Amino acid sequence: MGVEGIGARVVRKEDKRFITGKGRYVDDIKLQGMTHAHFIRSPHAHAKVKGIDSSAALKMPGVVAVLTGQEIVDDKVGNLICGWAITSKDGSPMKMGAWPAMAPETVRFVGQAVAVVIAESKNLARDAAEAVVVNYEELPAVADVHAAIKSGAPQLHPEAPGNQVYDWVIGDEGAADAAFAKAANVVKLDVTNNRLAPNAMEPRAAIADYDSAEEHFTLYTTSQNPHVARLVLSAFYNIAPEHKLRVIAPDVGGGFGSKIFIYPEEMVALWASKKVGRPVKWTGDRTEAFLTDAHGRDHVTHAEMAFDANNKITGLKVKTYANFGAYMSLFSSSVPTYLYATLLSGQYNIPAIHAEVIGVYTNTTPVDAYRGAGRPEASYLIERLMETAARQLNVDPAALRRTNFITQFPHQTPVIMAYDVGDFNASLDAAMKAIDYAGFPARKAKAKADGKLRGIGVSCYIEACGIAPSKAVGSLGAGVGLWESAEVRVNPVGTIEILTGSHSHGQGHETTFCQLVAERLGVPISQVSIVHGDTDKVQFGMGTYGSRSAAVGLTAILKAMEKMESKAKKIAAHALEASEGDIVIENGEFKVAGTDKAIAFPMVALAAYTAHNLPDGMEPGLKESAFYDPTNFTFPAGTYICELEVDPGTGKTSFVNFVAADDFGRLINPMIVEGQVHGGLVQGIGQALLEHAIYDSNGQPVTASFMDYAMPRADDVPSFNLSHTTTLCPGNPLGIKGCGEAGAIGASAAVINAITDAIGKNNLEMPATPDRVWRTIHAA
Amino acid sequence: MYQTVYHRASSVDEAVSLFAKGSEAKFLAGGQTLLPVMKQRLASPSDLIDLGKIKELQGVELSGDVLTIKAGTTYFDIMQNADVKKAIPAIAYLTSVLGDPAVRYRGTIGGSIANNDPAADYPAALLALGAAVKTNKRSIAADDFFQGLFTTALEDGEIITAVSFPVPAKAGYEKMRHPASRFALTGVFVALTKSGEIRVAATGASQTGVMRVPAIEAALKANWSPSAIDSVSISASNLLADIHGTAEYRANLIKVMAQRAVAAAG
Repeated sequence: MGVEGIGARVVRKEDKRFITGKGRYVDDIKLQGMTHAHFIRSPHAHAKVKGIDSSAALKMPGVVAVLTGQEIVDDKVGNLICGWAITSKDGSPMKMGAWPAMAPETVRFVGQAVAVVIAESKNLARDAAEAVVVNYEELPAVADVHAAIKSGAPQLHPEAPGNQVYDWVIGDEGAADAAFAKAANVVKLDVTNNRLAPNAMEPRAAIADYDSAEEHFTLYTTSQNPHVARLVLSAFYNIAPEHKLRVIAPDVGGGFGSKIFIYPEEMVALWASKKVGRPVKWTGDRTEAFLTDAHGRDHVTHAEMAFDANNKITGLKVKTYANFGAYMSLFSSSVPTYLYATLLSGQYNIPAIHAEVIGVYTNTTPVDAYRGAGRPEASYLIERLMETAARQLNVDPAALRRTNFITQFPHQTPVIMAYDVGDFNASLDAAMKAIDYAGFPARKAKAKADGKLRGIGVSCYIEACGIAPSKAVGSLGAGVGLWESAEVRVNPVGTIEILTGSHSHGQGHETTFCQLVAERLGVPISQVSIVHGDTDKVQFGMGTYGSRSAAVGLTAILKAMEKMESKAKKIAAHALEASEGDIVIENGEFKVAGTDKAIAFPMVALAAYTAHNLPDGMEPGLKESAFYDPTNFTFPAGTYICELEVDPGTGKTSFVNFVAADDFGRLINPMIVEGQVHGGLVQGIGQALLEHAIYDSNGQPVTASFMDYAMPRADDVPSFNLSHTTTLCPGNPLGIKGCGEAGAIGASAAVINAITDAIGKNNLEMPATPDRVWRTIHAA
Repeated sequence: MYQTVYHRASSVDEAVSLFAKGSEAKFLAGGQTLLPVMKQRLASPSDLIDLGKIKELQGVELSGDVLTIKAGTTYFDIMQNADVKKAIPAIAYLTSVLGDPAVRYRGTIGGSIANNDPAADYPAALLALGAAVKTNKRSIAADDFFQGLFTTALEDGEIITAVSFPVPAKAGYEKMRHPASRFALTGVFVALTKSGEIRVAATGASQTGVMRVPAIEAALKANWSPSAIDSVSISASNLLADIHGTAEYRANLIKVMAQRAVAAAG
């Protein structure tokens, strides 16, 4: 490892511009003649749109146009798609209702757009929007998943009778039933996985610019995957062919999944830009973010786990109702199925698993992938079940896990996933040591003497990341491949540009990706630039989500680097009159091994471009690209242990210690990894203690601002105690597993297990607010 | 935000005259409530009269047994003030747990009590300490000043100039923070005056805003100690209930916060 190579704690290159206000976000971009859009959104959870009168608004100052849902339908802009086909257990395809970018006839959640005002300024557009009269006929609404599947419930879409999108199963029901029939003990648990609002720091925004002469669109947007956005806008939404649509995702301030999807506002901005003949900008405000950014999670689950007389798990049965909201968002269908139920084996040998997932429409904001996407739901369920089992079987929770750990790899679970490598005992040992697990009973007794209820909670999570490979996800219904591309461009003076299809919106790619180059060539990272987020610069890419940028994106860069280095070595060997096989790369020089003959990398680059003296038949230039498709998912895993105290008078939780022992495979930049874990843990703790997107029974959102929706703040969370154990991922040459989601996946179960341990009652739902904990303590 | 006309007043008299000229004028103190409400287009004053630069509204004075905090003094300046810390440390503490650093740099005591949010912290202090609200026209006892949710005895165009607190023998404040807004989910201020009167006020709990808690006052009169409150029963009826706290929970918090406030008061 060099000072800037793999494994070095290099300070993030990109932070200089972020912390000095020099970042360039979509809202910072101003185009000549730009207009501003303000959406008119439904105040009702379910209503017919009987008419829209924009005559008064059109007379107001600065108004350019008022465009409605009927017009966008008339112009044949496509309905929003869901990109992962799921088949129900009866063989029928999932049942989807149409989702137009603006509603022409029916609105199905509060915040759904029915029209847009285009004006000379944002404020003028807002003024005019207040003068647009929308005549709604209210319809009965339903927000709760159980209420939605009852007979007689309000129906959202004629295509989906009973509000059911699908009834999907995985695993072997017969084998699971047989295991339960023979079980010595059965543990049962009902859990709700609370709905969350992602709340990236930067709200979503879009600027669309139509060039009528070239019939070409440029879209600046807050996207985690601009190429996927272009593909979907082009192939499905009828905006423009791909070569006539450039999508730029510049600096993006956080995504957490919510910026994977292509939203109505981007479609409307593009369409409106052509209609009004001027650039159209839309920047969402925080209220719009709460109402329209795809929410996360929202599961209701009943699960049962069977054990033999030796406390070995023999079977697992799970039934989950997943609330999809009012429409099927882009990857929503995959989240409670292939990203959730395939992880239900956790870190454990479970011979038989059967899971059923029922997807349900409700009059709420659409739900899709949010940091962890399905895997937090699986991990939370399994880890609460393990804790419940330990209490019921009267064994130590850590020991029960150890009894059931998978120790032989590769391990084929009964639910598709084949774990490639891991050492679950190592991470459990590390976490137990870090928190002094053995000393806990004495600490609990001391806390009791002080009037505090102290608890400890273990969570042993596993996740499937680096999502890929394309062939596998394709066989499961995915509409896209999940590879990544990269291009290495060496300039004639030896500086390097790395073009990547991964997209950085907080992950630090501009630093970590350079570290790979520094590691291989021995050049300083200041000589390397990372280019991403522009479909005109990078040919194609699948973007950043599912902790995939290092495992997949960086590996693509490695593959391109290898090609480039191979050519560079030929050039160096030719210049040094040596054999190509004798050339080694050290400290920015190409050397003939065992001699003092060397040529500096910039000279090799220059030789490639002057082309005065290249090997016979070699093309000039030094630029290589690669597409990389992994052979398997990666499987980050680890153990989190949380120790906390509950104040019995108020139900308030205070952290004593929180340890995280993660196995992410090889770390490129441990400092950035720690930052990712910190952020993930805070989101997991936020879900466990604070966050909850709530609707009333009429589908009205109750938590549409930070006055009501409790985001975790620095003083809500402890100082984390992090460590790593390492098994290298065999699925990619760098041995990387990914670290972006682990914290959010593993933390919530550790917290709830600790609180339920502290209060001595097992039934506690998230978020464990002080009120809820206090009532649980004092419940009969 | 709708269009408005911004004025920066240099004296209370100028502010009053500017107010009289506006059709629907509003005074702007720290702006911690008014500005967000205006940004959401829920308020549209014709004129906004900024009181923030009026010198006579700034500062703290301790004179004998009376601590006077001028209305325009920010939370940050109050919590840092040596006289406040010395005379009524419970006020310094209350201020230090009010909002967050950004709010504390901008918000003012006058703005807080004029707004009379039912979950604001200061109203509990004023009510428990028997403070007097000084305006450009008169002095109003705290008992008369707070008149329900977002309602006070202030007349149109009347400006709070200062709050005078009798220095108590003992005082304490504890609150359970609202997890999202950081207002008081319930906060209780207890005071033992130098004349031996016991006054307890709770904020964030009642549907009618800040309130005295006679049952706890009676218990403390018999025995100034946290344990004296053990046997007090607080009814949940007429208490606030929302997603962060049921009425029963708030009833419990009134007791628990009162006990902790007494412990803090010593």
